[in-house]
Amino acid sequence: MEQMQTAVTRFTKTPFVKKKEFNQQVARWSFFTMAILMIIPLMAIIGYLVYHAAPSLNLDFLLDVPKRGMREGGIWSALIGTIYLVFISLAVAAPIGILAAIYLNEYAKDNWFNRIINLAVINLAGVPSIVHALFGLGAFVYAAQLGYSVLSASLTLAIMTLPVIIASTREALSSVPVSFREACWNVGATRWQTIRAVVLPNSISGILTGVILQVSRAAGETAPIMFTGAVFYKAVKRGDFFPYELTDQCMALSMHLYTVTTQVPNIKESVSYATAVVLLGVVLLVNASAISLRVWMRNRKKW
Amino acid sequence: MSSNLTESTLTLPDAIPKRVKRVGRPRWAIIGEQALELLIRISGISAIVFVLAIFFFVFKEALPVLYSHNFSIKEFLFSTQWYPTSVSNVRYGTFALLVGSVTVTLLSMAIAVPFGLGAAIYISEFCGPRQKETLKIIIELLAAIPSVVWGFIGLTVISKLITTITGTAVGVNLLNGSIILALMSVPIIVSIGEDALKAVPDSFREAGMAMGTTRWQLILRVLLPAAKNGLLAAVLLGVGRAVGETMAVLMATGHSVKIPHGVFDSVRTLTANIAAELGEAAAGSPHYRVLFLTGILLFVITFIVNLTADFVIRGIKRK
Repeated sequence: MEQMQTAVTRFTKTPFVKKKEFNQQVARWSFFTMAILMIIPLMAIIGYLVYHAAPSLNLDFLLDVPKRGMREGGIWSALIGTIYLVFISLAVAAPIGILAAIYLNEYAKDNWFNRIINLAVINLAGVPSIVHALFGLGAFVYAAQLGYSVLSASLTLAIMTLPVIIASTREALSSVPVSFREACWNVGATRWQTIRAVVLPNSISGILTGVILQVSRAAGETAPIMFTGAVFYKAVKRGDFFPYELTDQCMALSMHLYTVTTQVPNIKESVSYATAVVLLGVVLLVNASAISLRVWMRNRKKW
Repeated sequence: MSSNLTESTLTLPDAIPKRVKRVGRPRWAIIGEQALELLIRISGISAIVFVLAIFFFVFKEALPVLYSHNFSIKEFLFSTQWYPTSVSNVRYGTFALLVGSVTVTLLSMAIAVPFGLGAAIYISEFCGPRQKETLKIIIELLAAIPSVVWGFIGLTVISKLITTITGTAVGVNLLNGSIILALMSVPIIVSIGEDALKAVPDSFREAGMAMGTTRWQLILRVLLPAAKNGLLAAVLLGVGRAVGETMAVLMATGHSVKIPHGVFDSVRTLTANIAAELGEAAAGSPHYRVLFLTGILLFVITFIVNLTADFVIRGIKRK
């Protein structure tokens, strides 16, 4: 590109060349504006949220429980509820998702059956979150008789976030060169021995990235847990790390944000803004760690 | 060299005993491995099981209402009368909700598609590696923002902006929901669109450059025609995201069940309707079952959109 431009300047520019270079610049800058126009307003909005949340944002807000009909106090019961939901759903989704990705990437041949599995994964990712909620209600709450509980909500979240883990684990596995596997097969290793000794160690950070992304997705979802186990309010002691049983209903951060903004009248403005900022902060922080893990991994990649 | 080799292989059988006990792996290792591979295969088909289970359980809850005497499938699909809690005359027509979903999606795509594809072109063709990396990370973070936070932004920031700029009385309306949905679906359009542009072989670009084109001419005449299927898939996936979105539209579009006549009318979508009413409908009541039937309708719509997008993408890969 650089060389071409210097080559052009050696000759006098005809009006035609000038015109096309002008068009080039116009296109470049208008596309640049389009890219930037998505980012600047967002930064402004986040700044606005943080600015309005500032009066309520402190450590006490995180550790205290909601008081006086959620108009005062903090968000501890919602925060700990979200942690419960995320980790239980992770415990279910991560093994199934990783094994499914291993099957799709290492075992599956390209035939009609596996194409259907691929379609199913794509579709599972595309099912609206509210349909997952209906499924969770029909399957876990009523059919499996788990009731409105942490367990029902977590299982619904697990199925919803499964495609996230499958997709990113597959990507991590397929980035391991085939020649690595061939080398291992050639010394007589079986498929599983190859996977355990060669493929998994070389893709573990990629798999971890997928797991972290699942955490962020699960933490932010509202609709699937709204009808399967999350409630508006539940009394919890301040700073209690184990307030919920598996069969209890629980509060969740995303649900709490929905509640305080739409269901609670006359709430102090900064409380709802602060809830939004905490949720946003948690999710972006988790995502940023996934991204930095990926960048770090790429820098030390040996092939 | 080769004679050496044959000599040694010829002499070998004398050096080692006739029958060697083959050193195998212990039996438990082989059985363990087979068990694990079985587990992997079972997990592999789990996605199919879950998709079928979703359809089965949602449909199971919806089924009884199909036989009920005051419900007709024609009314469900084509009537705009949605009065599920009326005492005298219960009517379940979801047409207005469907129109709500479609208008919000179309308007949001009208905003998101030009910006999304423009940003995809800029990232793929115009910027340097460092800038590209930064922009991609920002877009990834944009995609991570939870829908309930988007809803909150719609309810507070965008609604305030709309009322102050246009002077309408209510800020939560069709326009608000569309702006929020556009912001939500831009990341997926950008990332899939950029993949599509990246998939165009470099030889195409080189051939264009050799003819003396500028980048812009190259994009317009070579890249866009070559990548049009991938870009179409990007748009379709954006549509899929917008149709299925629940919390953001629930909070940002207002709450009236009617066919909108302008961008400042408030609407309700299929998704928001389920979220808003499922809590109030008694389990097992016709109202509750009709909401599950709406879920099936949504499931089918997103199924078709995603399937089409997948076929379009697969078509490119085959080429």
